[in-house]
Amino acid sequence: MPAQQVKLYQIGTFAVGNRLLDAEQRTVQARMDRSNSLTSGHRACRGCGEALGARYVLDAAMRATGGQIVAANATGCLEVFSTPYPETSWQLPWLHSLFGNSPAVASGMAAALRAQGRRDVRVVGQAGDGGAVDIGLGCLSGMFERDDDVLFVCYDNEGYMNTGVQRSGATPPGARTATTRPLGAQPGNAFGQGKSLPLIAMAHEIPYVATATVADLHDLEAKVEHAMTLHGARYLHVLVPCPLGWGSASEDTVRVARLAKETGIFPVFEAEHGELTSVSRIRQRRPVEDYLILQSRFAHLFGEPRRDDIIARIQQQADRNIERFGLLDPRAQEA
Amino acid sequence: MLSQLEGSQATAKAVARCRPEVVAAYPISPQTHIVEALSDMVRLGELAPCEYLTVESEFGALSACIGASAMGSRTFTATSSQGLLFMAEALFNASGLGLPIVMTVANRAIGAPINIWNDHSDAMAMRDSGWIQLFAGSNQEAVDLHLQAFVLAERLGLPVMVCMDGFVLTHAVERIDLPTVEEVDAFVPRFEPRQLLDPAHPVSIGAMVGPEAFTEVKYLMHARQMQALDEAPSIAADFGDAFGRTSGGLMHSYRTEGADTVVLALGSQVGTIEVVVDDLREEGHAVGVVELVCFRPWPETEVRRALAGAERVLVIERAFAPGAGGILAADVRLALAGTGTEVFGVVAGLGGRPVTRSAIRELVDDVRAGRLAPEGTHFLGLRTDVVEHQLRRADGPRPGPHAESVLAELGIVGSGSH
Ligand SMILES: Cc1ncc(C[n+]2csc(CCOP(=O)(O)OP(=O)(O)O)c2C)c(N)n1
Ligand code: SF4
Ligand SMILES: [Mg+2]
Repeated sequence: MPAQQVKLYQIGTFAVGNRLLDAEQRTVQARMDRSNSLTSGHRACRGCGEALGARYVLDAAMRATGGQIVAANATGCLEVFSTPYPETSWQLPWLHSLFGNSPAVASGMAAALRAQGRRDVRVVGQAGDGGAVDIGLGCLSGMFERDDDVLFVCYDNEGYMNTGVQRSGATPPGARTATTRPLGAQPGNAFGQGKSLPLIAMAHEIPYVATATVADLHDLEAKVEHAMTLHGARYLHVLVPCPLGWGSASEDTVRVARLAKETGIFPVFEAEHGELTSVSRIRQRRPVEDYLILQSRFAHLFGEPRRDDIIARIQQQADRNIERFGLLDPRAQEA
Repeated sequence: MLSQLEGSQATAKAVARCRPEVVAAYPISPQTHIVEALSDMVRLGELAPCEYLTVESEFGALSACIGASAMGSRTFTATSSQGLLFMAEALFNASGLGLPIVMTVANRAIGAPINIWNDHSDAMAMRDSGWIQLFAGSNQEAVDLHLQAFVLAERLGLPVMVCMDGFVLTHAVERIDLPTVEEVDAFVPRFEPRQLLDPAHPVSIGAMVGPEAFTEVKYLMHARQMQALDEAPSIAADFGDAFGRTSGGLMHSYRTEGADTVVLALGSQVGTIEVVVDDLREEGHAVGVVELVCFRPWPETEVRRALAGAERVLVIERAFAPGAGGILAADVRLALAGTGTEVFGVVAGLGGRPVTRSAIRELVDDVRAGRLAPEGTHFLGLRTDVVEHQLRRADGPRPGPHAESVLAELGIVGSGSH
């Protein structure tokens, strides 16, 4: 069927509208033959970034492999909202085992495929930040270190959302969660040392590590497609805003994700064998406040008294990311 | 073919001949020799096609087996003690998902205090994990049970633990009749998975199940376990036909005809008990022993049938439930409820303490002479002077740790641990 040529100009966003692109450059989602790996009817909240991210990731992986994908999933929102018995939204072979073991389950699948001599079928492991950054880290590190042929995807919504929005190792400082309520003198989650799983993955010097957000879906798909051209352990960390846990409007999911990148709070980059190979530059730098203010999990920073000290520390962290990853276009800096 | 082999080597060879496609394991004494041997065989190409995954933990080991099994490969792992506990969550998951993984448990005590020696606390702690649990009485039986375990697991779609006593069996060199590759191929059919992750026929495995159906799903697990009570003996019978020896099944009775007293036990200690039974029979005492092979599923009817004729049953077990008592004894008491047979529960051989021929003889004599109460739990060879002193000490201010204090009192300095 010839693609319909509709010219549509988008306003107030830097994303290139799908319909402005040549048919070949359009997202996998825009194709009639997309696999709909995570199909409609699931129970995710309106505006769920995780559902959006998973759909793009898996459809891109399916397209890259001609539909030869097997998925291992950790416990968490993605698992719960997709498979309320006896229904399932998965249109690919999919196994959920436990919260903390999906990388090891994926390794086992890859080992079985190797033993069976089936090179065509590829394995994708999936978990939330809790399942990857925290409880599954041991298994994930083992999978990296052995260089098992698995693409592991962490959908980072910065908290244990499935159990009611508690703090995880990926929860940012200052954020309110059910276990870091801004009570007494505490400004929400404490400032710790941080726990960047992409950097931890890079330290394993695996073939490919990338971060992405659901704001730039072309970029997300391209990274998945690239990852599927490689073999060995690959890691993709996708920032997926959670309207329920973050207290953001459900229609703002993409906007919040974009601001995470444009403020420098969430650096978007690629690395191969432990070396940074590309970064997605900030197009129009914004203060962290623009990002924080859209989310009620930071509302206490803007109340009475306003916590400018905390906001300034968060800004410092974003500035450090910008510096460290070279997130600003050097020409833009000169101007 | 007869050969002199260490129990672990024999087990590894038997497992290899069952052609697992994925082995994932994490080392822990006394399981190590088994997985080291399998690793060698994979590296040398003697076991092929097979992937040996050097995982980062026992939790990872069993999880990898879960993924591999669902992908349609025959999978194997082995562990002991702390390692089995570290797998706990994945154990219940593997059985709940109905994946026919076979695992050797080289039985070892559980800490604290850390102890590497043999008892059955590890397997007993996981008796409700939904795994079929078979106990080997000898290394020959360990070898044979592994063949039967793969058949049983895959026929029922359930994981099977083959328990063999750590060190006592795993590290003992004995004469073993090791089934040949051809014999194993003839006995263990190709793995035909009951459920499979296949891009051509996508299914979701491990969905969430609410109160509407959870009971039914769990009941089916139970029902399939119970089917093992028929399948295990039938597989053992096939095994007997193929190999000409008795191995496996639910239990072995030894000289129980007309016995007034029957000892019931699991694992390698049965060998010692049989010697005591021979002595007693020679002296004209009607004593026999039942070696339980299949502990889970619990063969209640068969246990009752095997024991009900006796006046008294003496359960000797290498594990107990603190605060409750004997585990096996409790099951036996239920099986014999209303039969009038008295059940004596004795805990023995904890943490590698030898259960000697003379101690068993003395115990049987005490039971038959009415010197042991049928109620409660008895601890064979317990140093009552030491525990009484420690209990008195415990009343004082900051009495300190028990284990170190007992060692000091007994004049024992240091004890190796891995
Ligand atoms: C061993 C274990 N501990 C705790 C839980 C409870 N639990 C289920 S999902 C979850 C949080 C999931 O968080 P994350 O991985 O970030 O996924 P999200 O729901 O946020 O997408 C927790 C704590 C569990 N299922 N298993
Ligand atoms: S709680 Fe958050 S992650 Fe979970 S379904 Fe809702 S929006 Fe998605
Ligand atoms: Mg999360």
